[in-house]
Amino acid sequence: MASEDIWIVGIHMTKFGKHPDRDIVDLASEAVMGALGDGGMSMRDVGVVAAGNLMGGPGSIGQQIQKQVGQTGAPVYNVANACATGATALRTAIMALKAGECDTGLAVGVEKLAGAGLLAGSTRADDADTWTRRGRYGQVAAIDGRIGTETMPGVFAQIGMEYGHRYGGVDFELFAKISEKNHAHSTLNPLASYQKRFTLEEIMGDVMIAYPNTRPMCSANCDGAAAAVVVTDAKRKTLSLEQQRRSVKVAASVLTTDPYEEACQVLPNVNTLTKNAAAQAYEAAGIGPADLDLVELHDCFATAELVHYDNLGLCEEGGAADFFRSGATWRDGTTPVNVSGGLESKGHPIAATGIANVWEICHHLRGEAGDRQIEGARVGLAHVIGLGSACGVHILERAAA
Amino acid sequence: MAEQISFVDYLVLDPEPRLVAHECDSCSARFFDHRNACASCGSTSFHDAEIATTGEVRAFTIVSLAAPGVPVPFAAAVVDCGGTSVRANLLNVPPDPEHISLGMKVRLATTVVGVDSAGTEAIGFGFEPLEGTTNGQ
Repeated sequence: MASEDIWIVGIHMTKFGKHPDRDIVDLASEAVMGALGDGGMSMRDVGVVAAGNLMGGPGSIGQQIQKQVGQTGAPVYNVANACATGATALRTAIMALKAGECDTGLAVGVEKLAGAGLLAGSTRADDADTWTRRGRYGQVAAIDGRIGTETMPGVFAQIGMEYGHRYGGVDFELFAKISEKNHAHSTLNPLASYQKRFTLEEIMGDVMIAYPNTRPMCSANCDGAAAAVVVTDAKRKTLSLEQQRRSVKVAASVLTTDPYEEACQVLPNVNTLTKNAAAQAYEAAGIGPADLDLVELHDCFATAELVHYDNLGLCEEGGAADFFRSGATWRDGTTPVNVSGGLESKGHPIAATGIANVWEICHHLRGEAGDRQIEGARVGLAHVIGLGSACGVHILERAAA
Repeated sequence: MAEQISFVDYLVLDPEPRLVAHECDSCSARFFDHRNACASCGSTSFHDAEIATTGEVRAFTIVSLAAPGVPVPFAAAVVDCGGTSVRANLLNVPPDPEHISLGMKVRLATTVVGVDSAGTEAIGFGFEPLEGTTNGQ
């Protein structure tokens, strides 16, 4: 028997979108206070803080948050793992509990990205006056645009196209239809950055960013924060019956990196580390993909969502296109995927994303998801990828009645 | 003829343009940059290995939004050159999905990236379609 179960007792996400009048400390503090209040806890209960923020501020975000909401002296782990930062923070807090360091942990991720544009490949160094070799490839000038692309829409476009090359049955329209689904789902999520339904024609006819990804097929840069409070089994037993009833069991918490494979030096492989994380998570939870009532996966681009149907074992190997075309991943399908609207419409404040998707799952498992509730949801999976790469998978289960 | 320099040190221009990787002595994994130890097997010795100059497009995108100064649209691709994957732009083909397809056969081509103040040309590389080019076979 592994170490005791871990439970999420409180969780909160801010409205994702534009928050021009609030900084990352304000947003993170709202998420933290919300999560503590949701769980009936206070900062005095928290024995460990894991915090993530990638793109802004002077660093040490965890300590800044403590100064804003409760400077208890509890240890802070400031973590960074690209777009898997939020999941890494959650996993860090969980590991501290599993290690027996304390019985209550706090994880928080926050980002301000509204209007940020391209997050990689947004600038390129000017050419020098004379060619001089520098850098890891002995390049005489900047590589981006001269040897492929460093932009995320372009990288993930190739990841989707590579799947198409391997298995066939994939085209521009298929990817656009995935985006159509997620935008349709977002109309039921009041916390999403965008709640606008698009027709397929509107999606395909919008501004092309990196073929086959048009603008609505890319994750939305936005501001937002999310936080979660986790407790050990022993601590949970000391809480009120209502707190216990609303708590959500962390059936699996997994973080993987990308093992060496041919081609990974030229195009990040987001597949194998996700497959590895999923396999570990299903084994830890003692369930299989068929048991999942809903999935929030990392649709940073429409081209990415497709490959993760396969990587998470939601379909047969090579069968992602047919699986999507069957309607399985719409909210009324057999395996609803991204009923929050996904990163394409809910938004992608990168360090918050890996906790916000756990919030979405918890909301359904508690029966508190309002108009977009997946009825009777008992088990859900939250997945994120941070390029570089890291993959976080959390499987969550509703508390037994 | 102007002085020339290859754009990256894994592009060798003479006598014929080709890409040269560092190949692990133990497991044959190939790297375009230097590694202290092989990412695949941990071995610490490498030798140079020439990459096939023809290949097949395994993935591509057409980039329409990029940093200021990067001419768009352009086609970026992953080319499978006899089992070694290479990242490159596609050259001498219109950057649109009517002219580029998955599985397309391509070959190594060079292009002048720019000329510096000393008059030296930086020679970059990409891949061009085997069919339908001036020297197509």
